[in-house]
Amino acid sequence: MAVKNIMIVGVGGQGTLLTSRILGGLAIAGGHDVKLSEVHGMAQRGGSVVTFVRYGEKVAEPVVEEGQADVIIAFEQLEALRYAHFLKKDGALIINDWKIDPMPVVTGAAQYPEHIIENLKEKYKVYTVNATEEAKKLGNSRVFNLIVLGIAAQHMDFSKEQWYSVIEHTVPQKTIEINKKAFDVGFEL
Amino acid sequence: MSEPKKVIMLGNEAIARGAYEAGVKVSAAYPGTPSTEISEYLVQYKEDLYCEWSPNEKVATEVAIGASVAGVRAMSCMKHVGFNVAADPAYTVSYMGVNGGLVIVVADDPGLYSSQNEQDTRMVARAAALPVLEPSDSQEAKDYMKMAFELSERFDRPFILRTTTRLAHSQGLVELMDRTEPEDKPYIKDIRKTVMMPGNAKPRHVEIEKRNLELAKAADTLPVNRVEMKNTEIGVITSGIPYQYVKEALPEASVLKLGMVNPLPRKMIEEFASKVDTLYVVEELEPVIEEQVKSWGIAAVGKEIFTIQGEYSANMLRRAILGEEPSAAEPATVPGRPPVLCPGCPHRSVYYVLNKLKLHAAGDIGCYTLGAVAPLSVVDTTICMGASISSLHGMEKAKGKDYIKNWVAVIGDSTFLHTGVNSLMNMMYNRATGTVIILDNSTTGMTGHQDHAATGKTLQGDPTYAIDIPALCRAIGVRHVTEVNAFDLETLERTVKEETARDEVSVIITKTPCVLLSKAKKPLYTVHEDRCRKCGMCMKPGCPAMTKNADGTVYIDDTMCTGCGLCESLCKFGAIELVKEENR
Repeated sequence: MAVKNIMIVGVGGQGTLLTSRILGGLAIAGGHDVKLSEVHGMAQRGGSVVTFVRYGEKVAEPVVEEGQADVIIAFEQLEALRYAHFLKKDGALIINDWKIDPMPVVTGAAQYPEHIIENLKEKYKVYTVNATEEAKKLGNSRVFNLIVLGIAAQHMDFSKEQWYSVIEHTVPQKTIEINKKAFDVGFEL
Repeated sequence: MSEPKKVIMLGNEAIARGAYEAGVKVSAAYPGTPSTEISEYLVQYKEDLYCEWSPNEKVATEVAIGASVAGVRAMSCMKHVGFNVAADPAYTVSYMGVNGGLVIVVADDPGLYSSQNEQDTRMVARAAALPVLEPSDSQEAKDYMKMAFELSERFDRPFILRTTTRLAHSQGLVELMDRTEPEDKPYIKDIRKTVMMPGNAKPRHVEIEKRNLELAKAADTLPVNRVEMKNTEIGVITSGIPYQYVKEALPEASVLKLGMVNPLPRKMIEEFASKVDTLYVVEELEPVIEEQVKSWGIAAVGKEIFTIQGEYSANMLRRAILGEEPSAAEPATVPGRPPVLCPGCPHRSVYYVLNKLKLHAAGDIGCYTLGAVAPLSVVDTTICMGASISSLHGMEKAKGKDYIKNWVAVIGDSTFLHTGVNSLMNMMYNRATGTVIILDNSTTGMTGHQDHAATGKTLQGDPTYAIDIPALCRAIGVRHVTEVNAFDLETLERTVKEETARDEVSVIITKTPCVLLSKAKKPLYTVHEDRCRKCGMCMKPGCPAMTKNADGTVYIDDTMCTGCGLCESLCKFGAIELVKEENR
């Protein structure tokens, strides 16, 4: 199998690590070679964060480079825009319809770009959801990333049972049910 | 026999696993990205080994040296700049050699993800005549760790295992094996090898140069270095993570993959070079391999076309070697998103006050470095661990005590215990008058919450004596030590004004735990837009949970608010209010 390249982008603290670990677990369960690359330390503190997951027959480098991503999972609009050029032709861009102002915008030094989703739709295959609002409806705004992951799952080759099994092994015991529910919301959109 | 178990591991986890399997008995470290997780993973094996957080990397390395002298396999771990702190024992233990195997794990940070410089540990290792192994994935991280201990004992040399951020923080598959604990080496008193006074160190210098030559010769045949012969038009010498980029960009090229990057296997390199048309040396940061290869009269292409800055990539190699442009869309122009202090961070409150009082801060290493940027813009200098206090002292000695009346030094609790305490001693001894603020958040914050000598808990999770920081300052001789809650703006402002005016050294300790330490459900604030006068006061500290609406009123993101109440205490119109429990 050709190596599949997935990126998860967002803002430090949004749970990109958890999401990449679910994807990593899934790739292993599928019997693939897999590499993940994560961001720890200073950049994690509210900064722009990108995590790479690569799986297939044999994976060399642990990062995905420009023009190579099959799927980009973006937890925030501006971060979707920042990394969209990493997509390969026909790659899927899944965007949580949510904005978090970066500090240059808060201080007035920069403007948050307008119409990000509309503009990205002109160039890429874009799928959007307001996962943060959907997650609030489920009673826990923090599970929004599983909703986004549910949409991404539609563009990957794993069965729902495989996803469930990895979610059960990755998220804290107490939150398994709500995370599975959140995954379903995205998977069925 | 059943198949060995394969699991996915972070590079740092694999290093810990390798140490465990190698039978390590003692490990000491100070946290530092990207090395921190090694100790955090190692602690799961505490039934079989001892591991600790030491106050700094010099102490950690000396602990490991002591354990090696006593005859067990021992290690210390640190980031690249931490190795500078450990340089003193490292340079000399190089002369001593080992009894039990000794490995110093040093993690470099090409691309400066979380560091103040981009130094290359291989250069330091060469200066200290220390051999270096460098793995290129998680499996090798584990294997090389074990190999480092074996070679350390075989050649009587302390070894460095060098990693980089990309390796340390990537995950890959690793085959697990059992732990083999070698027998403790007997301690036989031999001061010629362990007391490094001139009469002993002189012959040791001769001895270790001899050992290194033997090791260099052995490197020609050690399995840690290998040749992958393919098409001979392009030959590449590489090591570590760049090896993966080479495999990605040039799958048909011949590769000499070095697992040991100091000393180099000269014969192997000469042979490889003679078989390929064009030889490239692909290494991140300094041209350490390249310069040696060229000094042997071998033609090679290196930093003429590759940068010494930042991380490499397969696309970069495709461009530089093959002249190929990757097919990708143009990147969009987007505002940056630099890291920021978390919502609810107690440092924000302190920096708000310092900003209001128009004070400058000599800063230090930790989350609070983030107070350098807008809108807080308080920190003027960041150099290295502990430098806040000593550089403030230098300013006073240069320009006099009045010059630093609008300056303070800011330093975290863990950093203060690391090396800041020495600088405070210097202030007292040399009749300074400056003000030091210890931002005590009860943890080592930036690296992800590690315990330290003042938290009352060890790395292994045992309760212990917690150093009393105010008492320590008083013992050094500071007469004015004040403890303040970081969120008590009024007291904080008054205290800072009083202490900076004073012609004596004073220490203000803002003791408020890191907001991320408590997982408990946090209170939450909301804005009553009808009462909001759009004055912008609440926005001044730059809380990431707050944004301005189009009409100038303010919005608090309830997924981010941690209820610190700083915005509420800044609002003069009662527009910001705690959300009642039943309304959440």
